[in-house]
Amino acid sequence: MAATMSNVEEIRNRVILGEFDVKNVHSSDFPGNYPGYDDTWNMQKFQKNFRIDVVHLDENSMEFDMVGIDPAIANAFRRILLAEVPTMAIEKVFVYNNTSIVQDEVLAQRLGLVPIKADPRLFEYRNAGEESAEEEGSEIDTIQLQLKIKCSRNPRASKDSSDPRELYLNHMVYSRDITWVPIGNQADVFADSVIGPVHDDILIAQLRPGQELDIIMNCVKGVGKDHAKFSPVATASYRLLPEITLLELVEGEKAERLKRCFSRGVIDIEDVNGKKVAKVVNSRLDTCSREVLRHDDLKDVVKLGRLRDHFIFTVESTGILPPDVLVTEAIQVLMVKCQRFLNELDSTNME
Amino acid sequence: MEVLGGEFCDMTPQELAAPVNTITEKWKLLPAFLKVKGLVKQHIDSFNYFINVEIKKIMKANEKITSDADPMWYLKYLNIYVGMPDVEESFNVTRPVSPHECRLRDMTYSAPITVDIEYTRGSQRIIRNALPIGRMPIMLRSSNCVLTGKTAMEVSKLNECPLDPGGYFIVKGQEKVILIQEQLSKNRIIVEQDRKGAVGASVTSSTHEKKSRTNMIVKQGRFYLRHNTLSEDAPIAIIFKGMGVESDQEIVQMIGTEEHVMASFAPSLEECQKAQIFTQTQALRYLGNKVRRQRMWGGPKKTKMEEARELLASLILTHVPVKEFNFRAKCIYLAVMVRRVILAQGANKVDDRDYYGNKRLELAGQLLSLLFEDLFKKFNSELKKIADQIIPKQRAAQFDVVKHMRQDQITNGMVNAISTGNWSLKRFKMDRQGVTQVLSRLSFISALGMMTRISSQFEKTRKVSGPRSLQPSQWGMLCPSDTPEGEACGLVKNLALMTHITTDMEDGPIIKLAFNLGVEDVNLLCGEELSYPSVFLVFLNGNILGVIRDHQKLVSTFRLMRRAGFINEFVSISTNMTDRCVYISSDGGRLCRPYIIVKKGRPMVKNKHIEDLSQGYRTFEDFLHEGLVEYLDVNEENDCQIALYEHMICKVTTHLEIEPFTLLGVCAGLIPYPHHNQSPRNTYQCAMGKQAMGTIGYNQRNRIDTLMYLLAYPQKPMVKTKTIELIDFEKLPAGQNATVAVMSYSGYDIEDALILNKASLDRGFGRCLVYKNAKCTLRRYTNQTFDKVMGPMLDAATRKPIWRHNILDADGICSPGEKVENKQVLVNKSMPTVTQTPLEGSTQPGQPQYRDVPISYKGSTDSYIEKVMISSNAEDAFLIKILLRQTRRPEIGDKFSSRHGQKGVCGLIVPQEDMPFCDTGICPDIIMNPHGYPSRMTVGKLIELLAGKAGVLDGQFHYGTAFGGSKVKDVCEDLIRYGYNYQGKDYVTSGITGEPLEAYIYFGPVYYQKLKHMVLDKMHARARGPRAVLTRQPTEGRSRDGGLRLGEMERDCLIGYGASMLLLERLMISSDAFEVDVCGQCGLLGYSGWCHYCKSSCHVSSLRIPYACKLLFQELQSMNIIPRLKLSRYNE
Repeated sequence: MAATMSNVEEIRNRVILGEFDVKNVHSSDFPGNYPGYDDTWNMQKFQKNFRIDVVHLDENSMEFDMVGIDPAIANAFRRILLAEVPTMAIEKVFVYNNTSIVQDEVLAQRLGLVPIKADPRLFEYRNAGEESAEEEGSEIDTIQLQLKIKCSRNPRASKDSSDPRELYLNHMVYSRDITWVPIGNQADVFADSVIGPVHDDILIAQLRPGQELDIIMNCVKGVGKDHAKFSPVATASYRLLPEITLLELVEGEKAERLKRCFSRGVIDIEDVNGKKVAKVVNSRLDTCSREVLRHDDLKDVVKLGRLRDHFIFTVESTGILPPDVLVTEAIQVLMVKCQRFLNELDSTNME
Repeated sequence: MEVLGGEFCDMTPQELAAPVNTITEKWKLLPAFLKVKGLVKQHIDSFNYFINVEIKKIMKANEKITSDADPMWYLKYLNIYVGMPDVEESFNVTRPVSPHECRLRDMTYSAPITVDIEYTRGSQRIIRNALPIGRMPIMLRSSNCVLTGKTAMEVSKLNECPLDPGGYFIVKGQEKVILIQEQLSKNRIIVEQDRKGAVGASVTSSTHEKKSRTNMIVKQGRFYLRHNTLSEDAPIAIIFKGMGVESDQEIVQMIGTEEHVMASFAPSLEECQKAQIFTQTQALRYLGNKVRRQRMWGGPKKTKMEEARELLASLILTHVPVKEFNFRAKCIYLAVMVRRVILAQGANKVDDRDYYGNKRLELAGQLLSLLFEDLFKKFNSELKKIADQIIPKQRAAQFDVVKHMRQDQITNGMVNAISTGNWSLKRFKMDRQGVTQVLSRLSFISALGMMTRISSQFEKTRKVSGPRSLQPSQWGMLCPSDTPEGEACGLVKNLALMTHITTDMEDGPIIKLAFNLGVEDVNLLCGEELSYPSVFLVFLNGNILGVIRDHQKLVSTFRLMRRAGFINEFVSISTNMTDRCVYISSDGGRLCRPYIIVKKGRPMVKNKHIEDLSQGYRTFEDFLHEGLVEYLDVNEENDCQIALYEHMICKVTTHLEIEPFTLLGVCAGLIPYPHHNQSPRNTYQCAMGKQAMGTIGYNQRNRIDTLMYLLAYPQKPMVKTKTIELIDFEKLPAGQNATVAVMSYSGYDIEDALILNKASLDRGFGRCLVYKNAKCTLRRYTNQTFDKVMGPMLDAATRKPIWRHNILDADGICSPGEKVENKQVLVNKSMPTVTQTPLEGSTQPGQPQYRDVPISYKGSTDSYIEKVMISSNAEDAFLIKILLRQTRRPEIGDKFSSRHGQKGVCGLIVPQEDMPFCDTGICPDIIMNPHGYPSRMTVGKLIELLAGKAGVLDGQFHYGTAFGGSKVKDVCEDLIRYGYNYQGKDYVTSGITGEPLEAYIYFGPVYYQKLKHMVLDKMHARARGPRAVLTRQPTEGRSRDGGLRLGEMERDCLIGYGASMLLLERLMISSDAFEVDVCGQCGLLGYSGWCHYCKSSCHVSSLRIPYACKLLFQELQSMNIIPRLKLSRYNE
């Protein structure tokens, strides 16, 4: 590995985007791998290097940079966000009447995917196991929802109308038609927060006059690895910070062409001594399409790389919890896992 | 420059300089065409022709029945009609019926056939109108179907899918298609070589009355006629003489006076000379001795000579009309045959049997008309027989034939033929099996594909390549891709998108026109003119019409007349330069397709016409009538110069292709970019598209089919084709757009296995619904007993229904929405134990005894009851149909396929967090191993992915139409515009390690189909289970919960390995081990320690042998062979 000391720095810190493959994909900074580098983990160093910058945050999505961390840990956050941060979702659907065209099973599946606005931290997991399956849910682990709707003809519709929106009443069942039925003291406990679907315009079924739905749903707490409906995020992913280096001066028409090879805002053209000179302005915006490598004269003047330890996270919430809370929750989950592991290590007798 | 000058010298400079206006959207002609013709319209046209025209002709041909008993008695048919479909509610009360009602109630969608008759009763002449004689199954969307002329809304009101093409029958609740049958064309001379290389000619003549085959063969340089009514081959010269051409000179003149022709015919004349036959009488006498005796009962006895004359007139070359023994036309026909054979001997000019111009396609209408004619004749002869029997007997009431007209003979004949597919008509010696098939409703495409299927008469087992291979003349007529693999390969074909099949036409006006255009009547010629080098023979539907001097003028005027609309657009005319003939065809069953007419290097269809078309000012018929577009059949196509694209038009071009992608059929039309695929892949997809689940019609939820597969969330393909739009596949899709990453993952993806994303499955990808039905009828029996449905049985203690009856309602039928488990009862039916009428005198028990015959559910997984239908069928028995539903999410082992013949099973389901993701955070739904590409060479799939990706980014659908579609370059430019890689390869991060992957991954949406093969229906394992009664060995097959056989080869392995104890266990202990008592003294089998032969028990010992072995010994004993077992102790 230590063959060419000159590019060790690059191998350690950059992922290189070649024309046909990605180079240096694996992190290799384990202790003792590189002579002259001290890669032992130490807290001070980590604290010095590590930082999180929130770039963007709104109620449904956030983007933040996580710098100075190993991909394994960054990936753990992503995986936990997808699969292990709990939420409440509809788990049991009791169909009392369903005369609509949608089959019971399909309807149940559709309902399950509707995000339910309820803070999962305030609820317990329902006991899994054979004997508890028949049990009624209690106020601490279950939310009961109801959907009761019947379609009828609109008496005020004009005679010659053919538009179902005008002809019928309630012919579209939306998530807003789902109502919350508090169990026990839930009405008092959650008095200030409204429990129900996050979005009120999710189409659940279409009805025609005479058809009706009468459904009771039970929501329970669960995690995304059990079923995608429990996943609190639409998606959570990260990308590495792109880095574009110009190896030589690019001028004139070439500069224009170079600019077009990248996403807008990545390359700017400056006027230096009456000549147009390309300059990398904001490589973060690049989508890494590697378009530049298709130009024979340009492919050798740029170096496309990505910073190995700079993760640009994007977390898109389903709306149940704000994304920043989700990330904190994810960190919590990881901490609990670590703690459990440490406990396990402590409790096992070394034999 | 010189080359150019030669080609365009007759154009003015202005013309040359004018910008070339290409017709931009000539594909718009296609939807216009499909509105009037094509796809299933030929079935409907053919059926319409049958019930409106042909049936009247059949009636005319058999219009009068007379009786031998009374010369005064007769019955004459005046008219015949086929009515509208109806159902008899009660006696003599009918009401119109909809096709869907017939489907649900297991009835036949049929209409009454009524006749107007005139007959005598006593001395009265009576005219009766609208007498029913039987019922005719009605083809859906034919002229007599209730669906025709209705709007989509009205059709939907009848519970019918507006997109359903029709063209099939509903018989006893089953949808049946009469497949298109391919045959060698009738009444044409086919010159061919037999296996020894000898040239011969054959004609299969077919008229309404008779069918016969006449062969002309050459033996030792002499010509013979072979016919199955002649006991041996007859010398041709004798036939000529028998037909009244006594002079040798005349014969030779007719055949041809060229030196070599005369030379090759001379031996035949010589033979005739040797046989001492010079006159017609002698010839007829000679032939009379050769006639195979036919049993002719009734009618006056004929002499041998008369018989021979009859034979020549009506059996040999039946299709050439002979009026009052005027053999002129037939002689000339025979002479032409001889001449053909002589000419073919020199130059190798034998005809090609597989050439599509020599083929005719038989459609539902033609097949039904054969059947109906047969049944009608039978009906009439039955009436005659009754008349003959009853008239002589003096009765109080006068003989009234109307009372003896029974409807069921014709009705049952038609229904049975269609429902079994057996067409056996004794009159034509026709006995075909598998003419009809059940319409496959697996997907919309499979139903539509079935309507365009053509089955060939060739035997499937024969290993011949000729009829199976792709013929150049199939271009544009039959789909080159859509054929099954295996034994029926190349024999079962499919129509292309724009093919139309002609129906029969009146030839009277055509004959008249031909004569007016200068054709000289063959009957007025002396015979020698036929072989004049300046003259062309004119044939009409295989019959010689006459000769023409200026054939080019004839052909061009004829075509002009046709374009002007004076002749039917489907009449074809073509010249054959080698045979020096002009063929005019107006018969049914020819394949044809429309082309744009090109004149002077310019297509007649202009942009303004297309504009008119899209604005609805013009229809396809207008294009035909104005001479912009015309139909060409295979023969005429061969006579034309057709440009594929507009820029290919040169000076000689006569026609322009409308759109090249129409050369593919319905199934191949679904494939995006098929022209980039290796051809067998397209063929595979054609077979697989029919197994894809999706939607089958707008009325799918009203249907109660035996098996129906639906997709929970079907999607339109991102990359569509023109064909997809034309056949409404996007309205009834069968598949989903899956995001595919082409990469290897985990090793569970070898051998084409796919990796699925668990989160995608959670969200509904590939989720399907399987519907099955359970049926039950409640009958009434002859002894006034009837079936009953009983309420659920209650448990004595709890007063709750027992488990098996848990789902039953109070009426004893399961209720909708309930979950059914294996062995639960759906209908608690019970049946009287005695159903026969009790014998006279025996005492009738007061209360009939009942026996439970429940309809119970069988299946390894639970189902839900979707709906219950209670109705009555045609026999007035109660009919209960229960629709059962299962929802299935994809699991490991389920089969998926893209639209490029790339099938694979699911090998692993991976949680989303383990899936690789790209920069935008997208996880694939499917991971496909890249090893699927190099050997399959399905470049079309790669392009589909690119086009799909660009379409997703752009928010539009891309086209992958064959020989067109979105260009790769444009599509890739789109990708760049949205910041993606030009080649569609994305930078992807592993979901497991969190580090980027070393390779760029080809990533994007591809349309995936879920195929009907699912593990749930196939998985099978058994530890213990049922055994066969006879051998006591485990049963066979999954349906009987059978064992898995350790077969011969596996046995050989174990023997080779020396694993004798394992063998013993597998073959005996785990199978049919049986304790037998064997007597050591006599070696016979004893019973419970006692030898019945020795009458002792002292030498009896017990041993274990396979039960089958014991059975064998006993069976041998039963046929007087005594197998004796010799016992000895193993330690002695």
